[in-house]
Amino acid sequence: MDFLRPASWEEALAAKAEHPTAVPIAGGTDVMVEINFDHRRPDALLDLNRIGELREWEVGEETVRLGACVPYTRIIESLRAELPGLALAAHTVGSPQIRNRGSVGGNLGAASPAGDSHPALLAAGAEVEAVSVRGTRMIPVEEFYTGVKRNCLEPDELIRAVHIKKADGPQQFSKVGTRNAMVIAVCAFGIALHPGTRTVRTGIGSAAPTPIRATAAEEFLNSALAEAGLWDSGQIIPPAVARQFAELVSGAANPIDDVRGSAAYRRHALGVMARRTLGWAWEEYRGNERSARCA
Amino acid sequence: MRLTFTVNGRKQQADDVWEGESLLYVLRERMGLPGSKNACEQGECGSCTVRLDGVPVCACLVAAGQAQDREVVTVEGLADFARQRDHGGCAAEGHGISLDDAKRWRSKPGENAQLSPIQRAFIDAGAVQCGFCTPGLLVAADELLERNSSPSDEDIREALSGNLCRCTGYEKILDAVRLAAARSEEAV
Repeated sequence: MDFLRPASWEEALAAKAEHPTAVPIAGGTDVMVEINFDHRRPDALLDLNRIGELREWEVGEETVRLGACVPYTRIIESLRAELPGLALAAHTVGSPQIRNRGSVGGNLGAASPAGDSHPALLAAGAEVEAVSVRGTRMIPVEEFYTGVKRNCLEPDELIRAVHIKKADGPQQFSKVGTRNAMVIAVCAFGIALHPGTRTVRTGIGSAAPTPIRATAAEEFLNSALAEAGLWDSGQIIPPAVARQFAELVSGAANPIDDVRGSAAYRRHALGVMARRTLGWAWEEYRGNERSARCA
Repeated sequence: MRLTFTVNGRKQQADDVWEGESLLYVLRERMGLPGSKNACEQGECGSCTVRLDGVPVCACLVAAGQAQDREVVTVEGLADFARQRDHGGCAAEGHGISLDDAKRWRSKPGENAQLSPIQRAFIDAGAVQCGFCTPGLLVAADELLERNSSPSDEDIREALSGNLCRCTGYEKILDAVRLAAARSEEAV
């Protein structure tokens, strides 16, 4: 095995072009598990830890450009206002030790359907900055995931950053697991209200081969909110609308039975999370901030 | 490959390190420092927690090569690390503890024991049963108290949420952290 240690981003791109099978390693919280358990023996590891710019972020006018290796701990501490959904999701990742090392870039690279950041990225709206020696591609996050633990990166590409839309309204995230810490999601749900465009976006985690948006549910809710004039009136969402939204979210999922939960349970739980997170987010939109800490 | 890094304040070197090897393996099998424990190898149990450039991490999930030129503190160096911190000392040459001293380290309860305040508190509160999870918990708890000298119970539970203990039911561990925090307040 080779251990490639580029000192700069340009060196990293050159190394990835020369060794397309090299596995990028940032926090190691996924890659090292696979190596420790002998599930994976890559020809080479490409260490990204020495490239300082990957641990930086820039808050722009409309988006946050989040370096691929910014640890979850930094997101929780520093980007709660700009990226509230992602900060909530980040807080449910593993443990302090894992959050100190793990990053959104790693979550995207691993592309596990259970990755905690995906629902928040889908709901907020995000693009992946994929770079190779050939140039840069901006990939909308919903097109990035192509299958279980698969993404659309070319063998010579690396994730440099994720461009995430700054919140223009309330965002929520909810995750089902057996305890509060150190949990791989049984299923997860993210929601973001976008009052500017009068739209709602969603993200479903761990309940389909890839993270997905519940587009039928979004479209239903967008027209229901518009027809009833709720964005202007700030009235509560009628329970029948919330129920229909929840059913459509359940229906968007395509879960499997596995050790963490049954497909039927996942569908049910998603409906519950969709209804609750919509309620929390809408209450915040109406000016009533939610005080409870746990989703 | 050769690995050069700082362990408990002293420069160390390991040769013939396999590229897929974890920092934990290097510490235990090549440096002879078995304080950091090897259990789940997937970041769930926290028993291998060490400080990497000051940050608590699971040593089993750090590739050895990623520790090149960086500073690692293990439980064997915790007492020395805490002493340096309390006396405002910086990690100049001559500080730190050698591998031989680290290997000989014993928790001798008594006047001259080489214990950090958190280690003393774990003993006094009865927070150690089988002891397997203790090194990771000590490193994690020490880091909590470093950044938050009077943590709430919620702060303590969150800081230690990545460390599993199968013996104690955690109550005595929480007691120990509260005790260490209270003692540091008294000392000020």
